[in-house]
Amino acid sequence: MTENILTVKDLSVGFQVRGKELKAIRNVSLELHDQEIFAIVGESGSGKSVLTKTFTGMLEQNGSITHGTIDYKGKRLSDLKKDKQWEGIRGKEIATIFQDPMTSLDPIKTIGSQIAEVIIKHQGKSKSEAKKLAIELMDRTGIPNAADRYDEYPFEYSGGMRQRIVIAIALACHPNILICDEPTTALDVTIQAQILELIKELQREYKFTTIFITHDLGVVASIADRIAVMYSGEIIEVGTCDEIFYNPRHPYTWSLLSSLPQLAQKGGDLYSIPGTPPSLYKDIEGDAFAPRNPFAMKVDFEAEPPMFQVSPTHFAKTWLLDPRAPRVEKPALIQNLHERFEQTLVKDNQLDHDVKVEENLEDEEHDRK
Amino acid sequence: MTVNKKDVLLSLRDLEISFGEGKNKFVAVQDVNFDIYRGETFSLVGESGSGKTTIGRAVLGINPTSNGTITFNGTQINKKLSRHQEQDVSRKIQMIFQDPSASLNERATIDYIISEGLYNFNLFDSEEDRLQKVTQIIEEVGLLPEHLYRYPHEFSGGQRQRIGIARALIMQPELVVADEPISALDVSIRAQVLNLLKKFQRESNLTYLFIAHDLSVVHFISDRIAVIRNGRILELAETEELFNNPLHPYTQALLSAVPIPDPKLAREKKLLVYDPKMHDYSVDKPSFVEVKPGHFIYANAPEEEHYRQLLDKQAQGVN
Repeated sequence: MTENILTVKDLSVGFQVRGKELKAIRNVSLELHDQEIFAIVGESGSGKSVLTKTFTGMLEQNGSITHGTIDYKGKRLSDLKKDKQWEGIRGKEIATIFQDPMTSLDPIKTIGSQIAEVIIKHQGKSKSEAKKLAIELMDRTGIPNAADRYDEYPFEYSGGMRQRIVIAIALACHPNILICDEPTTALDVTIQAQILELIKELQREYKFTTIFITHDLGVVASIADRIAVMYSGEIIEVGTCDEIFYNPRHPYTWSLLSSLPQLAQKGGDLYSIPGTPPSLYKDIEGDAFAPRNPFAMKVDFEAEPPMFQVSPTHFAKTWLLDPRAPRVEKPALIQNLHERFEQTLVKDNQLDHDVKVEENLEDEEHDRK
Repeated sequence: MTVNKKDVLLSLRDLEISFGEGKNKFVAVQDVNFDIYRGETFSLVGESGSGKTTIGRAVLGINPTSNGTITFNGTQINKKLSRHQEQDVSRKIQMIFQDPSASLNERATIDYIISEGLYNFNLFDSEEDRLQKVTQIIEEVGLLPEHLYRYPHEFSGGQRQRIGIARALIMQPELVVADEPISALDVSIRAQVLNLLKKFQRESNLTYLFIAHDLSVVHFISDRIAVIRNGRILELAETEELFNNPLHPYTQALLSAVPIPDPKLAREKKLLVYDPKMHDYSVDKPSFVEVKPGHFIYANAPEEEHYRQLLDKQAQGVN
């Protein structure tokens, strides 16, 4: 899994907004390994969606890459300008699924025709072949009675089923990279769990690379191979899933972990990050997180920290890792995560579970009728 | 955090809510029975389409009920009320909505949005009095008085939700129906909003009917939780009891869907799936029974027996 499929170097993205420049991405570098699930985690406005939009040339009109390069399989994506040049990459090689499945689907076309359309265009199949393949895909993404539901419209599907269809459309071109932009945020927790399982399963089968964008660290614990944490347009920490959860080094990652409701202590207050993210119109001096960081040192306000290496796979952008910095322990709330959850889980499991355990299942929308 | 004084504020009995008539009649909520005690947070948890929002709206009088009673402060409120009573109830029961961008009037200033209830019910003596009330509440929700003259679009999602809370709480309600108030917010902002709701509860003994689909969120805030599916309450218990002894297979399935922020456990975790066909209700009809003080479950006789055995085994295991 060490072969790189996508390489981003010193990427900066700016938007022109009413004559001012908004710097959405600042000097981001990352390497995407073949067939991994790479999660990008950050709050609204941290630049996680903007970053991945540059991989498919879908930046809004007023946005542009101001610095840096994106390389995909020997092609320099950051040099592509016209829509024509993006054809053959966008959708075909790198596909995206978005948060709200309703806005991604055409409400007046049948579900089946929307999948078949993609297969006809990108794979050059005939109409009947495309239909067969589309039904197969619907089946693979867990739509019960796929053949019968081929001619239904999006409004006849539940939210979870619609998201399955969006995934099916994205997979119709056999992309190498699948960008999932908060694919489960608009869904119920039970459906969210099913969609996560589905993405994991399909990835094993179709062997694509996944970029998973979310604001909720808890969601990616089960599926991510590596995690990058973004804050105000920068990647401030990147590491394997275990490294980020069990050995986080950046105070912002500590804050994100601490604010998970699963960690809340009954009776007390939930941890919340004080202050607000910095304005992206201004130049940021020092560490962007310093004003909200209870562990901030003088140097954090004066000089931008470099990426320090923690392990061959783990990097964090904080002065705390400088040899001269005082030793600071992560907050008690996020220490011994594994041991603590193991305990609560044992407690939960004392009761026999009656429910059959199944890996994948069908949505339950029919049982109401 | 048990509520010792069992002072019932809101009581639902055999509530049924249906839409349409005759052949098209659709029963969205049926046989719903529960009490909410003054000062507690009662959570209704279920998936989309379970009827949780419909119950919340019925409590507010937005959805008409087709059967059963809703009693608030000892008065039945789901019937024709006198003008005076109606005003009283609509002031005392307030709502916080899910989507803070859709629920605020885009063309009104924050000052007007927060004051609208005061205007409607004439709850201020003079202009100074109104301004003072509005200023006080906006500071309590963590915003600044200068924000009063801005418009909703100038605020972030978390700030707008604070405005939504201010708008509801300036009415000094007794019951607040909070319908997924944090679902549309980032994880880091959720904490702020939940803490704020808790603060107001501590300070003015507010009662919350909290509606959510995610059990991890309600764990922190609730005193008691009711799990609802297809318009029926399947299990109801105090929060810790429900998390420690989830009896109904559907509750177990909901719990298994909560993401664990621990990669080792999360990877091994098996997702439990609820199949309603597992219940055989053809002969024995189920009902809502109390299997342990305060722990109710929807079950028929054999199931009830099974659940009691599980609880006994659990109790022995602890001793």
